[in-house]
Amino acid sequence: MEKILAIEHLSKTFVIHNLNKHIEALRDVCIDLKEGEFVGITGKSGSGKSTVFKCIYRTYAPQQGCIWYHSKKFGLINLAELSERQMIYLRKYEIGYVSQFLNIMPRTTARELVKQAVLEMGYEEERAELEAVKMLEHFELDQELWDCYPGTFSGGEKLRLNIARAMVKRPRLLLLDEPTASLDPASKLKVRELIEQLKREGTTMIGIFHDIEFMENLCTREYTMRDGKLADLEL
Amino acid sequence: MIKFEQPVLSINNLNKQFGKGCPSCKGSNEDSLKKNYCPVCGTVYACQNIMFEVYAGEILGVVGESGSGKSTLMQCLYFDQEVSSGEAYISSYKDGKTDVFAESSQQKRYIRNHMMGKVYQNPLLGLRINFTSIGNIAEKLIAAGNRHVGKMEARGKELLEHVNIPIYRMKEAPKNFSGGMQQRVQIAKALSNNPPLLLLDEVTTGLDLSVQASVLDLIKTIQRELQITVVIVSHDLGVIRMLADRTMVMLDGRIIEQGLTDQILEDPQHGYTQHLVQSLL
Repeated sequence: MEKILAIEHLSKTFVIHNLNKHIEALRDVCIDLKEGEFVGITGKSGSGKSTVFKCIYRTYAPQQGCIWYHSKKFGLINLAELSERQMIYLRKYEIGYVSQFLNIMPRTTARELVKQAVLEMGYEEERAELEAVKMLEHFELDQELWDCYPGTFSGGEKLRLNIARAMVKRPRLLLLDEPTASLDPASKLKVRELIEQLKREGTTMIGIFHDIEFMENLCTREYTMRDGKLADLEL
Repeated sequence: MIKFEQPVLSINNLNKQFGKGCPSCKGSNEDSLKKNYCPVCGTVYACQNIMFEVYAGEILGVVGESGSGKSTLMQCLYFDQEVSSGEAYISSYKDGKTDVFAESSQQKRYIRNHMMGKVYQNPLLGLRINFTSIGNIAEKLIAAGNRHVGKMEARGKELLEHVNIPIYRMKEAPKNFSGGMQQRVQIAKALSNNPPLLLLDEVTTGLDLSVQASVLDLIKTIQRELQITVVIVSHDLGVIRMLADRTMVMLDGRIIEQGLTDQILEDPQHGYTQHLVQSLL
């Protein structure tokens, strides 16, 4: 299997100017991911798991190291040095991100939100509607909620919607930042089913989980992080 | 670095100063001026060495405190102000190979009427407040070369419907409208000539939260449907977060930082940007 992502010696330090402080968040992190794999990252809060994700997604600007990604459009590229335009393209078509929080336009219904993700990719209205409905049905989001504003949803409902929005694009690489954090067991099972389905379809995924039980038999490999470094590698 | 498309708008070294300057400020390196103001002659350097590119279908946000030069930049882009120096290229004008700042006033009017739309913070600047709403739209259409009354009326109705202004109120003057409705008429007017580039200057300032949300939603929908390029100026980081793909931060007439919007908001590099983001409610 070909490598789709290879993080080499990634380091990240936050500089807080008004306090004149340097906070080291990541040191010399190396992670690789082959096509079709699902790699899990565990670790305590503050160990740097989300920082790795945000560096891949370029929400954080990496300082040292390389993040090699094998793009369908651009070939082998270093995400750490990629132009903003290219990153926007990759976010739209190739890399999906499910965060712990739902950040949305006000007064946008759940259905619209999922639809917009498809429309952004250039598909037609009818196809977008079809895909959105399929995804909302798959996650068993109460049909009554489809045309409601997600601001009033419960944490679990918001998260399900967040996952639906990312997954409807069928990205090549999916980053899952604690997607099951506030879900009930039934919803967790749904997420698991969907992850398994995506795995079968060949989507490469990397996920942060606190729930080690959830990761079992689902992840191809696991990494553990401690104090901004990779602790060990379990096969 | 791979470049996969031509920018819709490209700005190179744009400078705008108010005042003649004096040996004291002219001789000094502009970067060494602590503020964009010369204490000796009173010259204000509103925009200094502004360089950026905007691509098709992209929303570029411009943030910064009051007096940082955001609105002056927009005025320069819409030719409301003459630039002191600098170049601008628009891809739809002569294949993007001609500096539009160096063109004649007549050509600039042509570019403004055919290739740009602008929504001002103050509807009094963007609308003829005593004209009818559809008349305001017709004014822009006439400026863009349209003469067929029936077609202009049909286009006006279509646009007003698009921005949720009831058709039965199209013959009412915007002075009778609420702030949100006035902004929506401005948006309709700005879009009437199908511009590839839309400039939005603090469009939601002064509107209540509910109207703000509907205006933001409208902008996002229109941008997605028409795939137009938008430059939006705001001091509200929430608005920028909702709309912009990329963001530039301005301070004292200079761009101090630019990047992906979520990167600017979550991992700001410059001390001022950090200060700005920490002030976000």
